[in-house]
This record gives sequence, structure tokens and C-alpha cells, in this order.
Amino acid sequence: MTTTPTQRPPITGAAVRPPSPKRPKRRDGLAGWGFFAPFGVLFAVFMLWPIGHGIYLSFTDQSLTGSGGGFIGFANYLEAFGEAEMWQSIGNTLWFTLLSTVPLVVIALIMALLVEQGLPGKWLWRLAFFMPYLLASTVVSLIWIWLFTPQLGAINTVLTGIGLPAQPWLQDPSLSMVSIVIATVWWTVGFNFLLYIAAIQGIPEQHYEAASLDGAGKWRQLFSITLPQLAPTTVVVVILQVLASLKVFDQIYQMMNQVVTPSTQSAIVYIFDAGFTGYRFGYASAVSYIFFAVVLLVSLVQFRITARKGA
Amino acid sequence: MAIATAPRASVREDSIRRPGKPGEKRFGLGRIVAFAILILLAVTWLLPIAWAVATSLQTEADAGSAPVSWVGETGVTFAAYAKLLAEGNVPLWAVNSVLSSVAITLITVGTSAMAAYAFSRLDFRGRKWLYAISIASIMVPPQVLIIPLYYQMLAFNMVDTYWGLILPQVIAPAMVFILKKFFDQLPVELEEAARVDGATRLRVFWSIVLPLSRPILAAVSIFVFIGAWNNFLWPFLVINDTTLMTLPVGLQTVKSAFGVQYAENMAMSILAALPLIVLFLFFQRQIIKGIATTGFGGT
Repeated sequence: MTTTPTQRPPITGAAVRPPSPKRPKRRDGLAGWGFFAPFGVLFAVFMLWPIGHGIYLSFTDQSLTGSGGGFIGFANYLEAFGEAEMWQSIGNTLWFTLLSTVPLVVIALIMALLVEQGLPGKWLWRLAFFMPYLLASTVVSLIWIWLFTPQLGAINTVLTGIGLPAQPWLQDPSLSMVSIVIATVWWTVGFNFLLYIAAIQGIPEQHYEAASLDGAGKWRQLFSITLPQLAPTTVVVVILQVLASLKVFDQIYQMMNQVVTPSTQSAIVYIFDAGFTGYRFGYASAVSYIFFAVVLLVSLVQFRITARKGA
Repeated sequence: MAIATAPRASVREDSIRRPGKPGEKRFGLGRIVAFAILILLAVTWLLPIAWAVATSLQTEADAGSAPVSWVGETGVTFAAYAKLLAEGNVPLWAVNSVLSSVAITLITVGTSAMAAYAFSRLDFRGRKWLYAISIASIMVPPQVLIIPLYYQMLAFNMVDTYWGLILPQVIAPAMVFILKKFFDQLPVELEEAARVDGATRLRVFWSIVLPLSRPILAAVSIFVFIGAWNNFLWPFLVINDTTLMTLPVGLQTVKSAFGVQYAENMAMSILAALPLIVLFLFFQRQIIKGIATTGFGGT
């Protein structure tokens, strides 16, 4: 960039014909803003404004019906802090995140390692594991509600077929979260699987050649080459997965048949319920920001842990 | 480099041709176990979809009666599909899904690529700050903004419109980040040569930068498209008019109305999923390549 201005004047002065416009070449001010503008306008209107307006709303008693809107200070926040149901929804969200992230990372890794063994039919495995990720949440929920159905469902049919007791999967409050996690793992593991596939393919072949020259067997290579080389990918996968799991809404809302239940309701379900069933936009905004703070806190902890591991 | 890699390559071929080493047998026990686990996993992952397909090919009576089976007593029937396509709103919802997803993908990738180019190549006042703010906003989950965004839609009269469906979904700072990283790696010489020849910035961007970025643009587009096609929460909130719904939202409303129409529910699920599965079959390699080059795809 710095070399352009010094090179430019002699060229324009000597070779270029007179009608060519001489632009003020010191900076690309106009072009820069021009290129940024389409994104910038949308970003300002549909991202920055809602962020700011949400903060404002959280200090009012605005209702969806249009009534209210007066400034009430920290009342929404104080109410939220004292609301056991809100804390439970955040607790449920963290619990879901933990329950789902572990299998979503471990199973994805195992799948990728197995597929990259060089067994035949690579595209078929990829398709099998990634296909569910292509389904809309509504589709996933429909399929799993059908599979989990107590009397007719495929899962209970199999269970009773092999002599195990049938389970009231989604109906039992102590089982419903686990059921939703099972469906979620099936649904989204394919994305992490692809991240691992890409990473494994990126490991230089020479590492393995050197290792096998030194007489290292497959298992040895797995633990001293593949897994250490995949560590950065695992960090990315875990961070992305935790962020995705914290935002859980669709499956829970759909699989619980739009009924808000204390044992499964996530933070976003709680916000949705407060705003669009309870019509309390001010209060729902306040909870949104409390939850956002939790997300930031979790991310901060994660970065701390990964930074320490890296050092 | 060429000298260094040549001997290694020959060493590698040697070790492959001599399968006598321990653990290098072509059909060793480890390989068989790995294969078995892989098959077990793949079957587990495919069964739910297979079961959904099987259910969709039964009559409602068969699907909903006590001994559940792969094939209903009355045999295979496309009745559920025929009924969905003949009556109801499924074809309309499919059109809405295609229109909104294509629009979201074009706007998102177009504006993100332009902004990324500005951040990568152009020197303008405020660039650093704008970039910092854009990147910081990756941390904000869109779900946290549903309340103020919906309020905004009410104020703009955008509830139950295509605009309201599309515009709030087109902001993807993560894509700006990915594309900027990619543009940073492109050699600047070509662009400078074109500039010397009198090409405008827009021309350089359109005729040099975008063609060079085809693989990453394809990858980014595919993930934006998948996200838009399957998005539920926002379309569910902003669209109440049945004729404007997308497939996932329509499916949800119909599900509540159908009750126990298992065959029809499953048929509708398959119809909604089919376009993306076909897309994946066609673009499998680009998708994996795209993930490898971008580091991560979705948001």
C-alpha cells in the first residue's frame, strides 16, 4: 500500500492519456466506505440498533401489545435475579451444553478417525454422518418424536424386543432432557465430524512416514501424531459447539410440543416465553442481556483454559 | 523442497509394499474392528431417516396401528406425498423457502465479500474501528436479539413480509472475518497491475478478486444457504401468514394441527430435506474443502 503513491505520479504523468481522471490517490476513502456501506447499513440497522434498543427496552415495562414503555430502572433485572425459574432455565441450558458437547466432540472425533482409516466407501460414511445436519430442526424433532413415541415408537419397540423395559422418553421429566440430547447428537454431530475430517486430511504425510520408519505402530501413531495434531481443531470444535449448544431453542420447543416445562426449558425458551407468550418485552430484554452475560462468561472461561493449555 | 520430498516418497512406497511389519497387515484385526464399529455407527445414523422414509410410504392406518413395521399391511403407497402436493400449502412453502434462502445467501455473501474486501485491501478512515466492531459482534448470539428485532419489525411494518423474513438474517460478521482472511492471502500484484491499467476498484473486485475466490465463496454460500433453509426461530416469529411461511415453519404449524398423522408428517419431512441432501451429494468435496480452507463454516 505504501509503495503505490510513490509509484503512481510518474506513470499517470507520462504514459496515460489526458482524459484519464486523476483521483486523489492518498487514501481509498470513498471506495473503502463504498465497499463497506451495503454491509455497514444492514449491520447498523439489524444488529447495532437492536443491540442498543434491547438495552433500552430492558429498563422499561414495554409490552408486546404496545402498552407500557415507561422507564423503570433496574426493576426488570432485579425481578429476573429473584426469579427461580429464570435461574433454572440458565441451569438447564448449561446442563444441556455439558451433556451435548461431550458426545458431540468425542463421537465426531471417533467417526472421523474411523473414516480416515482408508476403509472403502468414504463418501457413503460421510453422507451417513453428515446427512442429519442438513435437516431442519422441525424435521429432526418430528422424526425423533415419532421414534420416541411410547407405544408405537421404534425405540421402545426395539427395547421391548430385546427384553428391556420401554421408557417414557419425552414424557418423563427426568428423561426428557436426555432424549433431546440424543436427538441433538444425532442431528449435529456431522458438522464437527467434517471439521475433524478436514483437519485429519491436513496432517502432513511425512509425520506418519517418519513414525513408521521408527517402528511406531498404528496405535502409537494415533496417540503421538494424530491426536496431538488435532488438538487445535478440538479447541475450535469445543468452542463452536459450546456456543451452539448454549443457544438451544428449536429442538426443545418443538419436541416438548411447545409446552414450557421446568425440566427442559432453556434460556432462549424462557426469553421467548416471557416475550411472546407473556408479552413482557422489557422483562424479556433484561433476561436476554443476563443470558448474554452468561454466554460471555462461559466464553471467557473457555479462552482462559485454552490459553493456559497453549502456554 | 523437490529434493527433500523425492526420497521420502520412495520410502513410503517401500513400506507399503512390505506388509510384513506388525500392525501393517491389510486385513489385520484392528482394521476389521474399525470397519465393524464404522458400520454400526453408520447404520445407527441412517436408521432414523430410513424409518422416516418407511413411515412416509405407509397409509395413515398402517403407520398408526400397533405392531409397527417397515412395510405396512397395505404395502407401499405414495398417498401421503400425493396428498401433500395436491392440497395444502407445501408447494407454496417450498417456493417461499427457495426464494428467501436464495435471497439471504446472495445478500449475505455479496455484502460480506464487499466489506471483507474493503477491510482487506482498502485504506480508509475508520477501517480499524469498523472491523473491530464487526468482529466483536460475532460474540452476540442472534437469538438474544429476537425481542428488539421483533419490536423493530413492528415499527417498520415488516411483520409478515418477505423483507422482514430476509433482512434480519443477512448479517454474518463471521463470514466477513473468513473472507477477509482469504483476501489477505491473495497476491496483490494482479490487482495492482489492473489498477495501473485504469481499472476501477469495482472492476478489480468483480473481475479479479471474485473469480480467484470461487472455492471459498462456494463454501461460504453453501453454509449460509443451509442455515437459511433450515432456520426456524426467526421465520417462526416474524411470519404468521400461512401463505408466507417457509417449510420448517409450515411443518411446525401443520404438525400441531395434524396430531397423529405420522405418514403425512414424515412425508413432509422428507420433502423438506430432499433439496439439501441432493445439494450435498453434488457439492460434497467442495464443502469439505471449504471447511478445510475456512477453518469453520457455519456461525
